[in-house]
Amino acid sequence: MAETIIYAARKIITMAPSRPEVSHVAVRDGRILGIGTLEELASWGDYRLDDRFAGKVLMPGFVEGHAHTMEGTLWRNVYVGWFDRMDPEGRVWPGLKSIDAVVARLREAEAQMSGPETPLAAWALDPIYMENRRVTRLELDQVSTTRPIGILHASGHIMNVNTRALELAGLMKPGVNHPGIPLGEDGLPLGPLYGPDAMTPVGPHVGFDRAMTDCDERGLRDYGKLCVRAGVTTCTDLAARLTDDSVDMMLRVTGEEDYPACIVPLRVFFGMSAEEIVDYCVSLKPRSTERLRLGRIKAVADGSIQGFSARLRWPGYYNGAPNGLWYTAPEQMSELYHRALAAGLQVHTHTNGDQATQMALDMLEPALKAHPSPDHRFTLQHCQMADAAQFRKMRSLGMNVNLFANHHFYWGDEHYRLTVGPERACRMNACRTALDTGVPMAIHSDAPVTPLGPLFTAWAAVNRITASGRVQGEEERISVSEALYAITLGAAYTLHMDGEVGSIEVGKRADFAVLDSDPTQADPMALKDIGVWGTVQGGRIFPASAL
Amino acid sequence: MTPLPVTVIGGYLGAGKTTLVNHLLRHAAGRRLAVLVNEFGDLPIDADLIEAEEDGMISIAGGCICCSFGSDLIGALNDLAAMEPRPDHILVESSGVAIPGAIVSTMLLADGIRSDGIVVVVDGETVRQRAQDDYVGDTITRQLSDAEIVVVNKTDLLAHAVQTELMEWLAEAAPGAIAIPAERGRVAPGALLGVLPAPGTGQPAHHSDRLFDSLVLAPEGGQPIERLARDLATGPHGVIRAKGYLRDIEGALWLIQTVGRRWEVTPAQGPHQTGLVCIGFRDRLDRSGLAALAGATV
Repeated sequence: MAETIIYAARKIITMAPSRPEVSHVAVRDGRILGIGTLEELASWGDYRLDDRFAGKVLMPGFVEGHAHTMEGTLWRNVYVGWFDRMDPEGRVWPGLKSIDAVVARLREAEAQMSGPETPLAAWALDPIYMENRRVTRLELDQVSTTRPIGILHASGHIMNVNTRALELAGLMKPGVNHPGIPLGEDGLPLGPLYGPDAMTPVGPHVGFDRAMTDCDERGLRDYGKLCVRAGVTTCTDLAARLTDDSVDMMLRVTGEEDYPACIVPLRVFFGMSAEEIVDYCVSLKPRSTERLRLGRIKAVADGSIQGFSARLRWPGYYNGAPNGLWYTAPEQMSELYHRALAAGLQVHTHTNGDQATQMALDMLEPALKAHPSPDHRFTLQHCQMADAAQFRKMRSLGMNVNLFANHHFYWGDEHYRLTVGPERACRMNACRTALDTGVPMAIHSDAPVTPLGPLFTAWAAVNRITASGRVQGEEERISVSEALYAITLGAAYTLHMDGEVGSIEVGKRADFAVLDSDPTQADPMALKDIGVWGTVQGGRIFPASAL
Repeated sequence: MTPLPVTVIGGYLGAGKTTLVNHLLRHAAGRRLAVLVNEFGDLPIDADLIEAEEDGMISIAGGCICCSFGSDLIGALNDLAAMEPRPDHILVESSGVAIPGAIVSTMLLADGIRSDGIVVVVDGETVRQRAQDDYVGDTITRQLSDAEIVVVNKTDLLAHAVQTELMEWLAEAAPGAIAIPAERGRVAPGALLGVLPAPGTGQPAHHSDRLFDSLVLAPEGGQPIERLARDLATGPHGVIRAKGYLRDIEGALWLIQTVGRRWEVTPAQGPHQTGLVCIGFRDRLDRSGLAALAGATV
C-alpha cells in the first residue's frame, strides 16, 4: 500500500468550510487523505510524520486564473522594468529608474554577447513612470549599431528599436507613413513602434518572433520555476495557439517527473472559425493529463484601456480618444457561445472596456436560452470597467469573473488622470461589488504583463493602492480572507477545478503553497511581502531554494 | 520594378466580401490575382475554383492564388512580391471588424507595394440600420469613411426610392467613395481593379458591359496634372477609376491614378505612351465633359 505521510505545520489554512484551520495534513498517493490533529489522522494506519513544515504555514496551492506561460520564455531577454522582479532562477533584478540605467543594463548584457550581429532583446520597459519619455533609436544605438535591439514594453503593445533593427526590417527610409511609427525631424522613424501592426515587421529581427504568445520548451520549464517561487500549483495559459507541435511539447514537459505545476492552456479564438475551434477543442479535451488540462476556449472581445483599444460605453475615453476596436465581432462571439455551449466547452472572454463586457453579456443570454447549460461557468476575464448592473447580470446568467486586481497598482494613476477619469478609475476591478453581488470571483496577474504573484495580487485587491501611493476606490477593497479565497478556490471554480484543487480537503490533490508566515495574521499592507518557501504539488515537494 | 497594386476589400460580416472575391476570381480574365485573407477559418474560395491546396495556400484556375496571413500581413505581402511569376494584383480581404485604412497604412510598410484602392462592401438592405448599432455602428462608419469604392449589395431587393435614399446617405457616409450598386457582388473587375492592357499591345483594352463603360482620353498638349486628376476624381463625370500617363505643361511625364474620389499623381518611371483610361457607369460617363476637361479627343 502507498505510504501515508503526515505533515505537521505551524498552521494549515485549508479553505475547507468545516475545518478552516488545522495543524496536520495526511497525504497518500499525491492526494489529501485527511486534515485534523495528528491523533485524528493517525487512525488511518501506518504513517510517516514529516515535520519539515513545522515552522511554516500551509495554504492550498495558489491557482493563477489568468497568466501566460510566455513569461518563461521572456526571461531569456534582458529585464528592464521599473519594479524589482525575480527571474526563474530566483535572482531579483532591481527596477530601473531612468533611461540611462536601461541603456547601462543593455550595455552590460551586450558586452557578454558573442557575434556582433546577434539580436539583443529586452522587455518590461514602462516609461509611464518616467513621464512617458520616449526612447529613440539613437539612444539604443549607444548600445550597439551592429546588432538589432528591441525593447518590448510592459504592456506588450509598444516596442523600442535601434537603427539596425529598422534597417533589417526595411523601415530605415523616408516616406514611412504609419500612425504607429513616429518620425524624427530627419523624416526617418524615431524608434518607438506602437501597436502590433507596427511591431510585427520588426519583431522577428530583434528576437521577438511572430508566435510570441506561446512559450517554448525551455520557457515552459522556466515558467514552472516561477510558479514554485510564487506558490502557484495550478496555472492557466490564457491565450495559447495550441498547434499540434505545442500541444505535444506541453504534454511532454508537464509530463516530466519533476514538473511542478498543472498547466491549463486555453485555445485563443483567432485564425479559426467558431465551428473549427469548438471541434478542435473537443478533440483536444481527451488528451488532458494530470498536469495539462485541455479543452477550453479563450475569446478576445476588445483591446486594452491604456492602449485606447478597449471598447467603452458612453462617455468614452476621458481624454477624448476615439472608441477602441472590436477584436471579435458580436456575431462571431454569439456563434462561438452557441457552439461551445452545445458542445459543453467552457469559454473565457477577455473584456476590458464596459461596452465589451456588455456585448459578451448580450451575446451569452440568448445562447444560454438556446442551449440551457446549468453550471457553464463562462468567465469574463479582466472585465475591468464593469458597473454594478453588469455584475448583477453576470450573476443572473451564471457567469464568473476574473478581475485584474493588481492592474490599478501599475496603471491606476494613469487611468485616473488620462484614460477613464476619476469616477470610473475608482470602480475599476470592482472586487467588493462582485462579491456582494454574488458573482464567483477570481483575481489575476496576467503575467508577464505584471509579475506572477497571487499574494501580490491579493495585496492589491485588499489595499487598492496605486504606484504613486494613493488608495483608489477604497469602497471596492476586500478583506484578506476574501482575497485568499479568490487566489485559491475562487480561481479553481472558474476552471471547474474546485472539486480537485483550491482547498485542503480529503480527496483533493495534495497541492500546497508553503509560506514563511501567516497571511491571515499579517498587516494587510505586508501581504505581498510574505515569503514563499516553495510548493507541494501532487504530493511532490518543491523548495524554491532547490530549483 | 513597378510596385505591385494591392486592393483592400473591407466591410462588415455578411456584407458579401467573399462573394465579391469569388466573382473577381471567376472573371480575372488572365489577370493573376493573389487573395490574402486573415481568417484561416473561412477560406472564402468556391470549391470549384480550387486546383490545389497546400501549406495554407490555395491555387486557383488561371494562375490565381489565395493564402491566409494570420497576424503577419507584411510577411505575406513580401512573400507574394517575391514570387515568380509575380501576381498582377493582390486583394486583401479584411476581417469584418477591421478598419481598412489601418490595413493600408500597415501594408505600405512592405516594399514594392502600392495601394490601389479601398473597396468596402455593404449590404444595401441593412447597412443604414447597422450603422446605428450601439456595438458596431462606429466600426461601419469608420470603414465607410475610408472607402474609395463602395460596393452596395442587394440593391435589386430595394425599392427605387429606398435605393435613392441609400445612395444619398452613402454619399455622406463615404465622402471619398463612389458607390456601385451590385447584385451578389457582380461588379466588373475593371471597375474595381482597373483595366488590363489588351494582350500584346500594351494598350488598355476597351471595357464595356451592361453597367460600365470606358473611354481613353488622349489630349494633345500638356495638362495641369494635379488639377486634372482632382477634377477626374471629384467632378460629376461618372468616373470610378482613371489611370494613365500624361505630360504636364513643362512636358514632364506623370502617372495619374484615381479611385473613387481620391487621386494620386506621381512622376512616371521610364517612357510611356500618353493616354488616360477612364472607367465609369455606362449611363453616367460624361464623354463630352471629360473631353472638355482634358482638351482632348476621345
